Amino acid sequence: MSILIDEKTRVVVQGITGGEGTFHTQRMQEYGTNVVAGVTPGKGGQTHLDVPVFNTVADAVIKKGANASAIFVPPFFAADAIMEAADAGVKLVVCITEGLPTFDMIKVKQYLKDKDCHLIGPNTPGIISPGKCKIGIMPGHIHSPGTIGIISRSGTLTYEAVQQVSIQGYGQSTAIGIGGDPIVGLKFIELLQMFKEDDGTEAVILIGEIGGSAEEEAAAYIEKEFTKPVVSFIAGQTAPPGRRMGHAGAIIAGGKGTAKEKMEALEKAGVYVAKSPADMGAKLKEALA
Amino acid sequence: MKIHEYQAKQILSKFGVQTPKGEVAFTPAEAKKIADKIGPRVVVKAQIHAGGRGKGGGVKIANTPQEAEALAQDMIGMTLVTHQTGPEGKIVKRILVEEALDIDRELYIGIVIDRAKEAPVVMASSEGGVEIEKVAAETPELIFKEYINPATGFLGFQARKLAFQLGLEGDTLKQAVKFLNALYKAFQATDASLAEINPLLITKQGNVLALDAKMNFNNNALVRHPEVLEMRDIDEEDPLEVEASKFGLNYIKLDGNVGCMVNGAGLAMATMDIIMLSGGMPANFLDVGGGVSEEAVKNAFKILVSDQDVKAALINIFGGIVRCDLVASGIVKAAKELGLKVPMVVRLEGTNVEQGKKILEESGLSFQSASSMQEAADKVVPLATQGQ
Repeated sequence: MSILIDEKTRVVVQGITGGEGTFHTQRMQEYGTNVVAGVTPGKGGQTHLDVPVFNTVADAVIKKGANASAIFVPPFFAADAIMEAADAGVKLVVCITEGLPTFDMIKVKQYLKDKDCHLIGPNTPGIISPGKCKIGIMPGHIHSPGTIGIISRSGTLTYEAVQQVSIQGYGQSTAIGIGGDPIVGLKFIELLQMFKEDDGTEAVILIGEIGGSAEEEAAAYIEKEFTKPVVSFIAGQTAPPGRRMGHAGAIIAGGKGTAKEKMEALEKAGVYVAKSPADMGAKLKEALA
Repeated sequence: MKIHEYQAKQILSKFGVQTPKGEVAFTPAEAKKIADKIGPRVVVKAQIHAGGRGKGGGVKIANTPQEAEALAQDMIGMTLVTHQTGPEGKIVKRILVEEALDIDRELYIGIVIDRAKEAPVVMASSEGGVEIEKVAAETPELIFKEYINPATGFLGFQARKLAFQLGLEGDTLKQAVKFLNALYKAFQATDASLAEINPLLITKQGNVLALDAKMNFNNNALVRHPEVLEMRDIDEEDPLEVEASKFGLNYIKLDGNVGCMVNGAGLAMATMDIIMLSGGMPANFLDVGGGVSEEAVKNAFKILVSDQDVKAALINIFGGIVRCDLVASGIVKAAKELGLKVPMVVRLEGTNVEQGKKILEESGLSFQSASSMQEAADKVVPLATQGQ
């Protein structure tokens, strides 16, 4: 089992004819993702990578039954692309694009409030349900089907977790990068709720980092509602305050958002917190023992 | 991106925010000229990207233009140390010469993006002139907040509510409402991430002005605000960080002696953490990007070896879409071109990792190889200590 995406997912790629869009659509196709359409305004009617290109997302939904979207358009056009997909009735939008202005995301979140649409990202590696479907830029081959859910604010650090999970003999039900920006679509709690309902998920690894309070909010939820084992690592224990550590959202501001606070909140909630990034796999084994 | 106080005041006054009369000076002569025009009594304020300037001797009053000139003489070129600059301080290169005003009350107004609420929030407090974090920690009931709905913007009643909560009345209240509206307009129109007026001044005559002003901007949006981007002052930034930003690398200089080069921000922070947990201290944060292009590796290498504090370095790359053999070739090429000045431990993982390790071994360069993050950290920390 898995959450959000599976073998029935039909993907439209927004920005399919661009460099990034082309490269990663090919990788998704190789992995077995069912890419049913592409969208590039003005290039409707063409075929690219054996996929029909449309002018609008609405066309891709009506003509090809697309129910999920991957966005590879430049940052200043990405907010518009997300809202277009939501308006067209796409149920899951994965925005890979990095560098969206914060005010654009504030508008997007407001717009999505009364839409039946989940957003992942922006600034995310995407989502993968191993063996079924991958929407994003992560290397498919390091993943394997299994029972561990992964939710992370990071990209390559998630690959590190995937590898440690594999060494312990487990695979993943679904792995999601929620994005490194201060304001993103789905956050820890919504995804934990989905993993809670998913029979195919036995435990969850939650990878956080400095900045904001999403981990503390997740800890409060886990303590009250979440019964499956959770393992966590928080990156940035050595990060200085007031500096943005690569991700737009990774900053300790006004003394708030430190790794220490987050680790303490998670520990208090009964989460298996790995102090070292090398111990995520071992902690998982401990949690499932 | 941060800007200076005088630049923030320039932006704000364009949007109708009341600020004291004043101009920036780069020389004592310029300072005198400005004081002649707006004085005789003026305030001379050092312009650096850090708070706490008053306590450090960076804000002084001059009673005559001659005094302003003398103060400017002392201030320009001085190293100003405040609680925000670190012990090394910052060299003052520009000063703001501003009219001196009669202070009745000092208040606080700030606008930031509230991440949990996913909306801008306008904050006001009667406790001006002190650090707002301190007020928030000790007396949170003295901070009033209004969240902004992006569909409607900052509403009239919200501004009035805050002004009443600050205890203002009459014409001062009207001025404060106007001030708040103008400040929010400036915040939104420039894609700011922070607009802070601390203190907000109420003069003895009942007028409302921004005595100090601080603005930070969302880097992602700067391209659409060239007038703001022009205000960037590279003198205020670490030279290596400026160099890194030219190549699109995320680099932050830290206090330790173990350099690191990593692909991806999360893994880069995790690498710093494991260095610390293994008994060392990271010398920097350096993210070459998830894709690890050859160009990025070379430029990152250049930055690592030009930092004198780096005694040993750890390269940690998780190759996914990008293959480890290509990354290894990039590292070898950069090392041959720039020289391997400090011991380096390389941990490669992911696609084609065996070929990658082979390339490093056969390069004839003295890279140490590691298979896991822990092994890499265990190897690099003693090397850095020996090099010290």
